[in-house]
Amino acid sequence: MSIAQTFLGLLEAGPRHGYDLKRAYDERFSHARPLHYGQVYATLSRLLKNGLVEIDAVEPGEGPERKRYAITKAGVTDVRRWLTQPERPDLYLQNTLYTKVVLALLTGRSAADVLDIQQAEHLRAMRELTRRKADGDLADQLICDHALFHLEADLRWLELTAARLDDLAAKMRAAGTHRATDGERGEVIR
Amino acid sequence: MSTEPLLVADQLTKSFGSTVALDRAAMGVAAGEVVAVMGPSGSGKSTLLHCLAGIVTPDSGQVRYQGREVTAMSDTERSALRRGEFGFVFQFGQLVPELTCLENVALPLRLNRLGRRAAERRAVEWLERLEVAEVAGNRPGEVSGGQGQRVAVARALVTAPKVIFADEPTGALDSLNGEQVMRLLTDSARHSGAAVVLVTHEARVAAYSDREVVVRDGRTRSLASTA
Repeated sequence: MSIAQTFLGLLEAGPRHGYDLKRAYDERFSHARPLHYGQVYATLSRLLKNGLVEIDAVEPGEGPERKRYAITKAGVTDVRRWLTQPERPDLYLQNTLYTKVVLALLTGRSAADVLDIQQAEHLRAMRELTRRKADGDLADQLICDHALFHLEADLRWLELTAARLDDLAAKMRAAGTHRATDGERGEVIR
Repeated sequence: MSTEPLLVADQLTKSFGSTVALDRAAMGVAAGEVVAVMGPSGSGKSTLLHCLAGIVTPDSGQVRYQGREVTAMSDTERSALRRGEFGFVFQFGQLVPELTCLENVALPLRLNRLGRRAAERRAVEWLERLEVAEVAGNRPGEVSGGQGQRVAVARALVTAPKVIFADEPTGALDSLNGEQVMRLLTDSARHSGAAVVLVTHEARVAAYSDREVVVRDGRTRSLASTA
């Protein structure tokens, strides 16, 4: 998620100090992983440099002076552009799970075990999200639902791959035989 | 003292003609536990539920409930067990269309010879618990799918069963209604200490369980033990 654009969106409602911005961000968006102060101030100084925010006021504090940040017109345009731009759907064609399945087959291990163990882990995560949803407010529920639907899509892939393992092993065995006759090192495929 | 779970399936095999539905399937359900039975279509998960519930008799293997061998019981004994100790929620058509929702929920109590007023009083409490008291006087054909399924859950729970068998209970519902049914079903079961055997092919539904048993080609596999 873009921290910069989220800060800009929060600042559109009114100027805030860095600390308030972090708190608002953590409350609404970061849940178990609060932002580091380093991230907050690095993001703000970049926004400042790019003219997307400006210093609205400097107030004396007990320690250093406290700066209050306000969004600029360019910042508002940036938020609008971000919100109207779709996110690129990620393609996971070469993802880790696929690699693990292929490697298991290549090395004579059980690819079904790889899939089963992953399925259990996905379900564990889904249980945790389901519990969090039950205890949370509507915002929590929406965020958890998003994660749940993604995990569910992964699980459908795991299920379908499990059903296609015999086919996949046969294809790899055929390809392995073909390569072996070309002089490459043989691979173990069960 | 026995440490055997409340309900145990041991080495179950079952074939329908030449099709093997269960192949040495095994699982246990502890009191108050919510267990999801997962697997693709045709994997044998519904047959496993039917064997556990004493609806189908396996070709070999045992089902034991509280140490009693269900597979050795007579039809009458099994019927009494199902009526007294078990509750059922299916995907479709379990409500009697000619009765009101209230009468449907009260029905298992009436079959257990409880008087009408007492049965209906308890039925109303369960309809309230499942947040569908407003449809008490309606017939099943007059309520939405989600409401009908909550009425079915109320009916499954009204006899205070020890085990609830739920076979794809949200299969005919949209996401939001399915979620409400699952939340109410699992909350109510946990509240009353009933175990749930939940057959589903949907991971989001299985996520309401405490653990899962996966069925593939009639064989069971408890993933928690492999993780």
